[in-house]
Formats: sequence, C-alpha cells, structure tokens
Amino acid sequence: MSMAQQAEPAVNTPPAPGPQQTDGRTARRPLPLRLLARPEVGVFLGAVAVVVFFLFAAPPVRDGSSMANILYQSSVIGIMALPVALLMIGGEFDLSAGVAVVASALTASMLSYQLTLNVWMGVIVALAVSLGIGAFNGWMLVRTGLPSFLVTLGTFLILQGVNLAVTKLVTGNVATDSIGDMDGFDQAKAIFASSFEVAGVQVKITVVWWLVFAALATWVLLRTKYGNWVFAVGGNKDSARAVGVPVTFTKISLFMLVGFGAWFVGMHNLFSFNTVQSGEGVGQELIYIAAAVIGGCLLTGGAGSAIGPVFGAFMFGMVQQGIVYAGWNPDWFKAFLGVMLLGAVLINLWVQRTATRR
Amino acid sequence: MTDKTTGSHIAGTEDTAPGGEHPLVELRSAGKSYGNIRALHGVDLTVHPGKVTCVLGDNGAGKSTLIKIISGLHQHTEGEFLVDGAPVRFSTPREALDKGIATVYQDLAVVPLMPVWRNFFLGSEMTKGPWPLRRLDIERMKKTADEELRNMGIVLDDLEQPIGTLSGGQRQCVAIARAVYFGARVLILDEPTAALGVKQSGVVLKYIAMARDRGLGVIFITHNPHHAYMVGDHFSVLRLGTLELSAARSEVGLEELTNHMAGGAELAALKHELAQVGGVDTEELPEEGDLRAPAAATPEGKS
Repeated sequence: MSMAQQAEPAVNTPPAPGPQQTDGRTARRPLPLRLLARPEVGVFLGAVAVVVFFLFAAPPVRDGSSMANILYQSSVIGIMALPVALLMIGGEFDLSAGVAVVASALTASMLSYQLTLNVWMGVIVALAVSLGIGAFNGWMLVRTGLPSFLVTLGTFLILQGVNLAVTKLVTGNVATDSIGDMDGFDQAKAIFASSFEVAGVQVKITVVWWLVFAALATWVLLRTKYGNWVFAVGGNKDSARAVGVPVTFTKISLFMLVGFGAWFVGMHNLFSFNTVQSGEGVGQELIYIAAAVIGGCLLTGGAGSAIGPVFGAFMFGMVQQGIVYAGWNPDWFKAFLGVMLLGAVLINLWVQRTATRR
Repeated sequence: MTDKTTGSHIAGTEDTAPGGEHPLVELRSAGKSYGNIRALHGVDLTVHPGKVTCVLGDNGAGKSTLIKIISGLHQHTEGEFLVDGAPVRFSTPREALDKGIATVYQDLAVVPLMPVWRNFFLGSEMTKGPWPLRRLDIERMKKTADEELRNMGIVLDDLEQPIGTLSGGQRQCVAIARAVYFGARVLILDEPTAALGVKQSGVVLKYIAMARDRGLGVIFITHNPHHAYMVGDHFSVLRLGTLELSAARSEVGLEELTNHMAGGAELAALKHELAQVGGVDTEELPEEGDLRAPAAATPEGKS
C-alpha cells in the first residue's frame, strides 16, 4: 500500500472531430470494379451471354413465341427459387421444396375430387398444409439445432413416400383423377395457369406472378425490418439474437415462405394439367437451390438478393429450351447446370473474400 | 461531461447509492450452476450511473457467466439480481435491452457482411409509413448513425461498407456508440481491449470514459489491470467463480490490483520457491502481507 493512488481515473473524454473530416484511409475502387463485385450484376451478364449465344446457335429462339415459352419455363423455376433464395440468405436451405410442390397439388386435387368439394376448398387446405410443412421444418430446426440439411432431408423422404403411398391408397393409381370439370376450376385456372396475349404472342400468367413476387421480395429484403433480419440471422445468428432480432420467428417464417411458394407452383401444375403425378418433384429442390446460388446467394447465408435468382432461373429456362431449339441432345442440360453452378460458387467465394478484406 | 457525474467521485459511494436511489444493477450473492458445475458463486456487484465497475479475472474465472446473467443470455440459479432495486430474471437479451442493459460482446457484436449503418440499427430499425407499406427510413438511419459515430469521435468514409472491413477497434467503437445511442443505461463491455493493439486499446478506453461521462453505468470486463485502472471506479476480481477482491479505487492501487490479477498469494508462495532455486531476484516481488490488505469481503474470502 505504498504507491501513490490516483483519485480520478486517468482517461478523459476525447475531443469530437469536425463534421467534414474523413479518415482518408479507404480509397474508393472504380465504379466498374465495384459493380462487378455485386453478384447480381455477374449473373445478369451471364444471362445476357447465354441469350446472345442461343440467338446465334438456335435460330428458332429469335421467334416471340419461343421467348414466351422460355420465360414460362423460367418462371416455374423462378417462383420457387425466390423463397428458396430468401431462406438461403437467412442461412438455411430446404431439400423438401421439390416434393412439397407435389404434396400441395396432391392435397388440393384429392381433397376436392374425393369429397366433391369446390376446388377452392382444396386450394385453401393445400395452402394450410404447405405452410404447415414449412412451419414443421422451421420448428424442428430451431428446436433441435440440427443443420437444415438433416431436418429437410427427413421431410423430403417423408413427403416423397407419403405422396406416392397416399395417392395409391386413395385413387388406386399413381396419378390423381382429373378435376377439370369441377366447381371453381375455371376461376382457379384463371389465377394460377391462364395465358394472355401480348403482340400476338401467348404469355403464361406465371411470368407476371414471377416478376411481381421478385419485385415484392426485393422490396422486403432491402427496405423492411424483416429483410434486415433475414440478412442478420444468416450472417451471424448469435449477434442477431444478442441485439434483439427475433431469430426463431425469422427462421420459421422463411421456411413457411418456401411452403407458400410450393403451394403456388403446385396449384399452377394442378390447374394447367388437371391431374398430378405423385412421383414427380424429386430433384427439383436442387434446381431451385442451384438457381439461388447462381443468382449470387451465399450458401452459408448472410448475402444475396432477390433479383439475382430471377436471372439465375432465367438462365436455366433459357438453356433448357435453347438446347431443345438448337436440336441438341437435352442431356447436355445437366452438364451445363453443373458448370454454371461451380462458376457461380467460385465467383461468390471471391466476392466474399474481397468484401471482408482489410 | 456533466459535473454531477464526474465531480461526485467520493470514496465509498459504491456501497451506498447516491441520493438514496437504487443502483442501476445489483447482484447480491448471485451464482450460477450448470448441472453440477458451479461456475459462479456468491458474487456481489453494484453498478451506478456515471461509474465504471471493472470485473477482472483470469480465463475461466466466471467473467463470461457473470455478463451472461446480466445481459439475459443465462439465468442465475442462486442469490438475487436487481435492476433499479427490483428483482428481475431475464429470459432473453431483448428483455435486458428493454431495461437499458446493453452488452458489447467481444466477438458477436456485429454481422460482418452487413453495412455499418444496418448493423448500427439492427434489431431496432427506424421505420416510416403505415403497416402494409411500413419500410426502413434509410435516410434518417444513415444520417443518425453518421452523427452518432462522429459524436463518439469515429469518422467513416462510407457507411455502406460491410462492418467486417473495419478494424477491431473501430468495430468495438461502433458497437459502443450503438449501445449509447439506444439509451443504454448500463453498458457491459466484454474484454473490448483483448484483441487490440496499444493505440486501439487507448481509443476504446476513451469511448468507455465518454460513455461514463454521459452518465452510463459501465461494466468493464477485462484481464488487463492496467486498462482497468485507467478508467475504473470500482474493481472486482473474480477467481474460480468467487469474488476475490471488491474494492473502490481509493482502497486499491494499480500494483496491488495487478498482484491480485496475477494470482496474488499464489505468487507469494511461488516467490519462496524461486528464492530457493536461486538466480531469481525476488526482492521486487511483493510479500504475502501486501497482497491481503483490503481483501475480499466474500464468505469464501480465500486468497
């Protein structure tokens, strides 16, 4: 106890610097470089390249109706790729998304047919079932803390089995009976599966829905609290929780959003073909995930956009149909898919490294 | 910055609340067990506005458990935890935040890939417009974040840059500025200087002083007694989950604090051993008696 003791703490308040001062250590990179570092710009350029390529390689693509068909194929992938992308930004993914589409369509179809109800009853119950599947996935994930790969792999296998078994049990067949002549079918078809004419070309209504959903998702992601939370729970769940973000709510609602997308695409399939094949949908979930990753969403979460997956889905639709129009063997599609995916992942990795480099 | 907070620094104020009011946060022989492991036992701690309470301790001393209880990540299993004199038991960090208790964590303070301004407002975003169109008020958030950071003396060129691109010290400062802005009355800092260089540590210490001068009660967790002594008003040293020392600034010197941190009596015993080995100059080392002086008022007052 011999040393001199200070009565007051030694450190004082720093003077506040003037308002115009900058620290001058961060040089801004030129605009083209900064733009290229944005993943959605990269995928946009990729989509443009693919379009130009097929415009030359496959002359039928230049026709308006071919383009409408390409957009239609893209929209069916794209509508599902959007919620899958949001979920991925939120740090999770959903392997059951493909079979969930079929499960939703089967529910609506069989319920309306077997009980001879208005198809709208079936549509509403199917929505509840789809949201329920999403909520179950999210709830399991949050409660158990298991990786989403395991939880949704389980749901994927369950749904795949239930789809086939229940359909055989109820209809004695692997497909459902046609509901084309039932009450409310025409109304529902107008919403989910109609077409309209633009400059002499028949365009499917799903293209419109796709773009509307994409605009909505972009707005939510960048301009609302919820969007902020999605980035935060994917970027760093523990930080997000510590500053008061409702992590459980955000995760479960993202899975339910995928359920909503599955319901919408399921209804489209049901009302365009009148029947549902119960074994379909397997493998589609990987297409959705690939479209989201190609669109610049980080598989580990925390980064991405809603507009990127739109271009990602468009590239898929373009290549899928372009190969057909060019008269090549359609098997090349899968090989192309793999190359695109790897390229996108490498670009994402590079972007993440540059973004966090000191 | 006010005379009230900095001018009333009198020895002994930490045990009787100024003006007869309750301390902001008070722990009374609080403890926490994880199953049959007792991480924390019989800890008393009070936090007053405009004062810095330092909690020191070696790795595994129970510092993290202590802040987890106060910040609402864990619940205490024994003793009492009072905020403004009323017993509380938080089940989420949100509840602690609502009471004005903000924590700046060593590593989980921010989301690295998100822009600075989004991080600043994360969890408490400003919005405008009626419900279906309720949206983020980006203009206002950016402006406010910039103002608040400048008030704390942090100048950033670009608030859009991901917070992961800032240096460790800058990130700490953003987190402190954020807590101060959101009306924190109690600021818990979990080893803010642990991973920083000398100069950056100095910057962070300045912000601690600034928060103190704004009238916040600060809990400063560290294992660096020098940093603690620069800003602290009251010092609590944890050891194996119990309070080894609890003393006001007027009762303890830096050297003594350092000795307590370094293991206190264990060092004195080590001195005897070293003296026998020879070749080690033990003259400068303190005697055991020096180390016991104001010592712990804990039931287990072992040293």
